[in-house]
Amino acid sequence: MEHIPILRMGAFLLVTIQVDMHDQLAMTLQDDLTERIRKTGARGVLIDISSVDVVDSFIGRMLAGIATMSRLLNAETVVVGMQPAVAITLVELGLPLQGICTALDVERGMDKLRAAIARA
Amino acid sequence: MPSASSATTNLIPSVIAKHRDALLDDWVREQLGASSRSGSIKESDLRRQCAEFLKLLREASDGGDPSNLDGDRWQSLKEMLGNISRTRGAQGFTPTETATFVFSLKKPLFTRLLRELGGNAEAVAEETWKATEILDALGLYTTEVFQKARDSLIARQQEEMLELSTPVVKVWDGILALPMIGTLDSTRTQVVMETLLQSIVETGSQIAIIDITGVPTVDTLIAQHLLKTVSAAKLMGADCIISGIRPQIAQTIVHLGIDLGSVTTRATLADALKEGLRRLGTELRALPGREA
Repeated sequence: MEHIPILRMGAFLLVTIQVDMHDQLAMTLQDDLTERIRKTGARGVLIDISSVDVVDSFIGRMLAGIATMSRLLNAETVVVGMQPAVAITLVELGLPLQGICTALDVERGMDKLRAAIARA
Repeated sequence: MPSASSATTNLIPSVIAKHRDALLDDWVREQLGASSRSGSIKESDLRRQCAEFLKLLREASDGGDPSNLDGDRWQSLKEMLGNISRTRGAQGFTPTETATFVFSLKKPLFTRLLRELGGNAEAVAEETWKATEILDALGLYTTEVFQKARDSLIARQQEEMLELSTPVVKVWDGILALPMIGTLDSTRTQVVMETLLQSIVETGSQIAIIDITGVPTVDTLIAQHLLKTVSAAKLMGADCIISGIRPQIAQTIVHLGIDLGSVTTRATLADALKEGLRRLGTELRALPGREA
């Protein structure tokens, strides 16, 4: 079965989505990620979607879902590098992903995660 | 009807064939006399155009149904007229002057028809009517092409205006400003949104200031568009500040019950820039000893 690799960097988990997200893959990612957070006790999750140029409402909901689940497991989530077209699509779909943390690129995303953890 | 019109002698092609040169002379003279603008077209060019028109008219009307100009038979003639209309339009001719190109053929043509048919008043009336029908339709066609050329010109200018009116300015390292001017409709807001988001990606800016000082009114639809832009920028990881909200607009927004609570707003661009700098952790301070 296809998996999206989850890399560990210190207290953070790094997910780079570089393929077209289909529903099954998104579900698998959700499973894998929650499992990894539990296992590693990670404090932050960074999802890089800069190579994703197509999203639908399911993927949008899944992103919001991952953020909520991670918070339940005491980890902050930052989504980075969203393409303009993707952002417009999500807004038009009525999914502004309220409450999800975003950043322009991986570096700034890491800064945000560190700041969030320092605050907690 | 087609059988009747082709059965009755359609004299136009034969008259053109017979009196081609004389017709051409009269017609060109007619136009040079009538049009004050004819100076801007060379007589030789005009003569060439007229000759081609006569040739195509003869071919098209030969056995063709004069009451239906949509057929394939008339295609090449219409194409040629379309070209003439467009070039003349570009040269500054009015639609009337362009249509006169066709209408001025009437007098020479009718004279020849009358001479050809002699005293047969009924036949003269019928042939004249047919010729009038064709020439009127062709004359109107030039006006139509003229109008279409104008419309496409206006559409292109609108497009250019759209691009001109949405500049994205980098005011500081990491801060973009988008001064919006004029009324906002959905097409414009779409362009604004796309340009802004694209610039955010290209410059890696964390703060985007949308300045609406130049926007005369804000209604619910515009507010919704603004909110969408802010949400989209937020999704990409940039913060939006809306500035330039004039007192009347602030009042309108409240009266309309629009909720801009989730958006950072400032009265002026300067305040918005200050806020942006604060968020980036930068501060502007006067140099020591140089305080005003």
